[in-house]
Amino acid sequence: MSVVVYVESQNGVIKKAGLEVASYGRAIANATNTSLIAVTFNTNDSSVLNSHGVDKVYNINTAEDSFFNVDRYSASLVPIIEKEEASIVVVSATADGRYLGPILAVGAQAAYFSNVVALPSSYAPLTVKRSCFTNKAFNESVSNQSKAVICLSSNAFGLKEQTSNAENLEGEYLVSNSTLKVTAVDKVTDKVTIADADIVVSGGRGLKGPENWHLIEDLAAVLGAATACSKPVSDMGWRPHSEHVGQTGKPVASNLYIAIGVSGAIQHLAGINSSKIKVVINNDPEAPFFKAADYGIVGDAFEVVPKLIQKLRAIKQ
Amino acid sequence: MNILVCISNVPDTTSKINFKDENKSFDTNGVQFIINPNDEFGLTRAVWLQQKSGAKVTVVTAGDSSCEPILRKCLAIGADQAIRIDAVPSDGFYVANQLAALCKKENYDLIITGRESIDYNGSMVGGMLASLLSCPYVANCIQLDIEGTTVTLQREIDGGKETLSASLPLVLGAQKGLVEESDLIIPNMRGIMQARQKPLSVEAPMEIEAATTVKHFEKPQSKGPVKLVDADDVDTLIELLQNEAKVL
Ligand SMILES: Cc1cc2nc3c(=O)[nH]c(=O)nc-3n(C[C@H](O)[C@H](O)[C@H](O)COP(=O)(O)OP(=O)(O)OC[C@H]3O[C@@H](n4cnc5c(N)ncnc54)[C@H](O)[C@@H]3O)c2cc1C
Ligand SMILES: Nc1ncnc2c1ncn2[C@@H]1O[C@H](COP(=O)(O)O)[C@@H](O)[C@H]1O
Repeated sequence: MSVVVYVESQNGVIKKAGLEVASYGRAIANATNTSLIAVTFNTNDSSVLNSHGVDKVYNINTAEDSFFNVDRYSASLVPIIEKEEASIVVVSATADGRYLGPILAVGAQAAYFSNVVALPSSYAPLTVKRSCFTNKAFNESVSNQSKAVICLSSNAFGLKEQTSNAENLEGEYLVSNSTLKVTAVDKVTDKVTIADADIVVSGGRGLKGPENWHLIEDLAAVLGAATACSKPVSDMGWRPHSEHVGQTGKPVASNLYIAIGVSGAIQHLAGINSSKIKVVINNDPEAPFFKAADYGIVGDAFEVVPKLIQKLRAIKQ
Repeated sequence: MNILVCISNVPDTTSKINFKDENKSFDTNGVQFIINPNDEFGLTRAVWLQQKSGAKVTVVTAGDSSCEPILRKCLAIGADQAIRIDAVPSDGFYVANQLAALCKKENYDLIITGRESIDYNGSMVGGMLASLLSCPYVANCIQLDIEGTTVTLQREIDGGKETLSASLPLVLGAQKGLVEESDLIIPNMRGIMQARQKPLSVEAPMEIEAATTVKHFEKPQSKGPVKLVDADDVDTLIELLQNEAKVL
């Protein structure tokens, strides 16, 4: 028995989401008295996994195949899961992890649980808590299989440290006979993405127009945050579609979500509800966002936000 | 070309979510059901292919007879025929197997699912279905070009997009971007009349066990009231975020 975690890296460096699944996997391994095995692809240095309790690391070199290919990654992971007799496999809720999860589950003949928000409440049978109905509810789900793949929601568990001394092995990259090929990746590299961010600063229609977005961008810059927006803002072309968050946009599960001039419509909240701390700045005290938020300022964004930026800059200096 | 669009019947986005039978099942009382928004983007894209190149569009849902109104709506939007697999969609694996059985029988060239359903949000049926059929899956699909049997697609990824190619048959997970909201087809009177004449067949489910079982549901604990900070006092907000919430 063992726990296998798929640890994502980017440009050879292990991502925070990867460390989170390692931390979560360690907690499961501790609870079930088994070992924790990490699988990484194209990682230059996996020593950081020794701070998160990993017992064994398989690094897989994909040679000239530099992009994430779901079929090849799944094909390469399955033999390791089998060899290590893993009963639980964990992937992160990134775009790639959510893509891989169901395919890997079928490949490994495992049950699949997405949107998992906590450690299993029982291991025999495996029972996990998942969010559903776009974060308006949770359910307790039970596995009917002997193996399970868990997709852990971002920031649901956090990073936990435990020292270990991992054995390093090389894994084999298996090119399946799938016709799927990834031919190009077009990615912004100079900005924090919504998926990776600890803090997200989001603007709504209350900002009146794209010319005022420096308020959102400056606040995000001083906080090291990603920028986001409500749906009408992206529909009107004030901001790119990739920033639209909510039920029909990107999900946000950051530690801090700051909403400025966003009313807090149910479909907006559905997508951002799993953020830990929510702050709202809105000049209408009746805006529904105040019911969902932890902290709020009733005030004009054009007065409050510049003050906030100025104070934060002073602190960070 | 034969296209299958998989439709999930979901509560309207503004629905209040409640549970019954000691929180063991979803209370559909007073809930209005709609076509899962991601599936509607996919259906619209399929109807475009039908209009452009004469593709045949079939919609399918696994569910009881209460799903038929949304299948009729799909027919009014432009699908040629509808199939209801008479099954209780108990988990993603179960649904994927029901859909796979249909696909194996009918040999669709292109199978369109949604990125995720907004009820159980599993984001799993599309990928599982593709794996069960041993064909490629492209999640979060925002662009589709078909040339013969070669398909070029784009997938939205964290912080950007990627371009992929594959051959048919293929499963994709549709989302906004594949078509825009303004492209969605609102059925007109003629479409609604025609939909009544189009075939809607009911098929028996295959025997397969679900991989997971929902034991019970719960609603999030109601959080305390918002802490309001005076607009002139952003220092206090920063202080609270640093020392109380510990997020700065
Ligand atoms: C099927 C469906 C799916 C949807 N999916 C999404 C989704 O994924 N994401 C999403 O965001 N929406 C979604 N919506 C839309 C949603 O219902 C709301 O219309 C939208 O979220 C409102 O955006 P907003 O808050 O920016 O604008 P508004 O509702 O117009 O709110 C603007 C807010 O700004 C405040 N304001 C105005 N001036 C100032 C000022 N000077 N200073 C401070 N505050 C100010 C106002 O008081 C108001 O509360 C969806 C709707 C439907 C029907
Ligand atoms: N009961 C169902 N019948 C047909 N298709 C479904 C059903 N449930 C889910 N799907 C399809 O699978 C996609 C992903 O659903 P999910 O895995 O539940 O997030 C949906 O967008 C639909 O296209």
